[in-house]
Amino acid sequence: MEALIAIAIGLLTACGVFLMLRARTFPLILGLTLLSYAVNLFLFASGRLRMDAPPLIRAGASYTDPLPQALVLTAIVIGFGMTAYLVMLALRALSESGDDHVDAKEKQ
Amino acid sequence: MDPTSSLISILAIALTASPLPLLMQRYGRGYAALGSALVMLCCLAVLASLVMPVMAGATLLASFAWLPEWGLALSFRLDGLGLMFSLLILGIGLLVTLYAYYYLDGHDRLGRFYTLLLLFMAAMLGVVLSENLLLLVVFWELTSLASFLLISYKQESYESRLAGRIALAVTGSGGLALFAGVLLLGHITGSYELSVVLATGDQIRAHALYEVMLILVLLGIFTKSAQFPFHFWLPQAMAAPTPVSAYLHSATMVKAGVFLLARLHPALAGSEPWFWLVSGTGAITLVYAAYLAFYRYDFKGLLAYSTVSHLGLITLLFGLDTPLSVVAGVFHIINHAIFKASLFMAAGIVDHECGTRDMRRVNGLFKFMPITATLAIVAAGSMAGVPLLNGFLSKEMFFAETVGHPVFDEMSWLLPAFATLAGILAVAYSSRFIHDVFFNGDPVNLPRKPHEPPRWMRAPVEVLVTLCLLVGIFPQWSIAPILHAAAGAVLQQPLPAFHLAVWHGFNAPFVMSLVALAGGIALYAMRRPLYALYDRLPTVHASIVFERAHERLVAAARSLLAWADSGSLQRYLALFFAFVLALGGWAWWSAPAAALPVVTQVADAASLVALGMLAVAATGVVRLHHQRLTAVVLTSVIGLIVALTFVRFSAPDLALTQLAVEVVTIVLLLLALYYLPPSTPAEDDMPRLLRDALLAVAAGVGLGAASYAMLTSPFETISGYYLAQSVPGGGGSNVVNVILVDFRGFDTLGEITVLAMVGLAAHALLDRLLLKTPAHDGEGRAWASERHPLFLQMLMRPLLPLALMVSVYIFLRGHNLPGGGFVAGLVTGVALILQYLASGIGFASARLPQRLPLFLAAGLACAGGIGAAAWAFGFPFLTTTHGHIALPLIGDIELASAMVFDLGVYLVVVSVVLMVLAELGKLSVNQAEAR
Repeated sequence: MEALIAIAIGLLTACGVFLMLRARTFPLILGLTLLSYAVNLFLFASGRLRMDAPPLIRAGASYTDPLPQALVLTAIVIGFGMTAYLVMLALRALSESGDDHVDAKEKQ
Repeated sequence: MDPTSSLISILAIALTASPLPLLMQRYGRGYAALGSALVMLCCLAVLASLVMPVMAGATLLASFAWLPEWGLALSFRLDGLGLMFSLLILGIGLLVTLYAYYYLDGHDRLGRFYTLLLLFMAAMLGVVLSENLLLLVVFWELTSLASFLLISYKQESYESRLAGRIALAVTGSGGLALFAGVLLLGHITGSYELSVVLATGDQIRAHALYEVMLILVLLGIFTKSAQFPFHFWLPQAMAAPTPVSAYLHSATMVKAGVFLLARLHPALAGSEPWFWLVSGTGAITLVYAAYLAFYRYDFKGLLAYSTVSHLGLITLLFGLDTPLSVVAGVFHIINHAIFKASLFMAAGIVDHECGTRDMRRVNGLFKFMPITATLAIVAAGSMAGVPLLNGFLSKEMFFAETVGHPVFDEMSWLLPAFATLAGILAVAYSSRFIHDVFFNGDPVNLPRKPHEPPRWMRAPVEVLVTLCLLVGIFPQWSIAPILHAAAGAVLQQPLPAFHLAVWHGFNAPFVMSLVALAGGIALYAMRRPLYALYDRLPTVHASIVFERAHERLVAAARSLLAWADSGSLQRYLALFFAFVLALGGWAWWSAPAAALPVVTQVADAASLVALGMLAVAATGVVRLHHQRLTAVVLTSVIGLIVALTFVRFSAPDLALTQLAVEVVTIVLLLLALYYLPPSTPAEDDMPRLLRDALLAVAAGVGLGAASYAMLTSPFETISGYYLAQSVPGGGGSNVVNVILVDFRGFDTLGEITVLAMVGLAAHALLDRLLLKTPAHDGEGRAWASERHPLFLQMLMRPLLPLALMVSVYIFLRGHNLPGGGFVAGLVTGVALILQYLASGIGFASARLPQRLPLFLAAGLACAGGIGAAAWAFGFPFLTTTHGHIALPLIGDIELASAMVFDLGVYLVVVSVVLMVLAELGKLSVNQAEAR
């Protein structure tokens, strides 16, 4: 199972990095989204993989590590903020330069 | 006042009172000069109270801790050497103040000039009175800065600005070398206090880093004192007004270098490297600069090169490193300061009265200004080493020390011969100065008719020339006490027996003096063929070499910048990824071998299927990213699988959040796609695609391998505290939520602040933005005629209260069960956004609150306010409390103050989601209005 998660993280990273290196804004945003998935999974995995042990206090239960979960929860929300900001920036750049290239140059 | 507070007050006055002339300038230019003189007189008066104990051999120390952990202390020291220098700085400073009042034009801003002069004086006093070496370096750099400002005083002249820049570059970088050297010295001795450093000379000289440290310190000294090959900045610096040249560039600042040679003599001298480096540099400078001085046409330039030459002489004396040569070096510092300052002032008078400094035109001035001429001739005689003048005495001591120096036993004639050669050159250039300027026919085509200067402009020269004669004729009576005190402080041991007198008998030094005088006059007599010869020699202007090197450096920096800062974001990102990969790879290969992998979970069929779907979706996004809508749909598949992973591995909160964020993100991307081009143009740049693929694969393999290594290494949680304290300390059984709103509440507060900024950015970036909206979709089909399908409208409206109900439920249970402010906020946001989508902007805007930033502020205020409320009860920020409340019908419920914090989170999330998506949605309304 560990190998599966590692492969998933590696795959998402590779796809994310490749898309982030593209010249247009939209693939860049998609790439960033994929890379966030990978990083969130990586952070989450640092608490190790345990089934049926949610960090909800009950009598006699055992728990997985809650700390990475708290970190990842905020990371997901901040990731949304980041994506939203990039989308707005891309639209602004489109309006200023007339195309969606990442090196938006001012309209002549 | 007791001595230590007097010592402190000298510097306190000097440092704080420097703006005085600037403030007094408004009452007239005389008041500016008066302000400067007042400050110097005050310092002098305080210093006078300290003269007696210091002359008796005492060393006054005063110290305050500043940054004790770095060894930096505000500690000051006054001993014989410091006293001698302080008297020179303040005494000549006073004379220069008077002189400059007449020298500078009526329309000059005298306030600025005198303030800079005082600033320099304060820095210079700081250098000579510092006990802490780091403090000394600080003042040292301040003198470089003050010198830069004074050299480029005539800002409108390119020559002045260039000269200032060269001086700053040379002395400033030397100062950095000195700083490094002082840090090493502190490392070697364990202290930056001079008292400690001076007492540990043997330990310093035996240390492995001694040579490196010595070279760094000497670099600072040689640049400051204009030693070869750094001498070129000083003649350039003659672009400064002559009072500045007299004060900074002959009497005081350039002496800071040799001052440090004297100061650190007990700690650094007494070794082979010291002897060769210091005496070698001094000897080359002595002769080379004297040679150049002889060939100047500009008499101020002649004086500048002679200053360099005399500084070389002093350096050589400290390098020879016998007790008497050190005494001679200290003596020559005083003598040179006196005669050279007077010469510069006299030269300034001539320049002022004639309007030119070219000795081919300035001739025969004795007829026009006999008094000034006499004064200048006496001072120049002292420079040449004529008997009965002070320069003669120290030069004789120099000659005496070269005879029979212990290092040159076989070649014992070499050093005296060299010294005599230097003497001959000094006599030659002094003769040239006297003969060319004051005799040698008549003035040629001068801009104005020269005459004697105002009475008081000449007074400083008169004072200094009187001193030349006094010291020269009655040395034992005039100069001996301060010389004893200063030399004693330099050597830190009993002085060798010496006697200051004009006549020591007919001995070797006297013969050398006679040879020098005769030879110098003979050399000057044959000047015409020599000048002709010199004009045919190729000349090297060190300042031009420096300026070229400077230009090349700037050009190289520009091209490096143009390469690195090309403006291509793709390139930056690729470089960034490559750099991160290199760092990660380096860490990977240099890490110690890991323990054997521990696999705890067995893969099952469902997980394999999920991974397969993920792989298809992820590669699909890359493969099909040109078709943007398809790519968005595939991305959402990946988001769902990630959410399922969270469900599988005991993270219900994460799964909920991921699902909600996924919905919002997809809506966001779809909205953006309406405006963005529907497809990405194909790329045909194979090398770039290959490079990116390589980087991507390397990154994927790297992070995948790192994940595997991490997952299979032994694990020990650090969350025991949170699990144990969640219920008793935080009042909630959902540990993740309690961590977010309670244990790590401060982080969450920071996070929602960032989110709030995104909301505000939506407003800033998208407000009144006009974008072309396409008339049809990517495949050329027209948009549906029905803008808001009735079916969707009818479905969404009853769904809203249900969705809000669910979000309230999720919010309330969040402290104990999966849920909380983040998820509830996202659900509410989605429910409201769906109303926009289903019924249109007009419908939704009319029914929903419009002033979203207010809600944003309210959310932040909730979270921050409940945190601050803890202060009222004497607890730290964000301390929470919880308790039980019995409500009728519902019964006993547990409430935590952290829920108010969570409410803040909720409000911020809802507002941000609405602000971003609604602003995007409104863009289409903008277009409609624009048409």
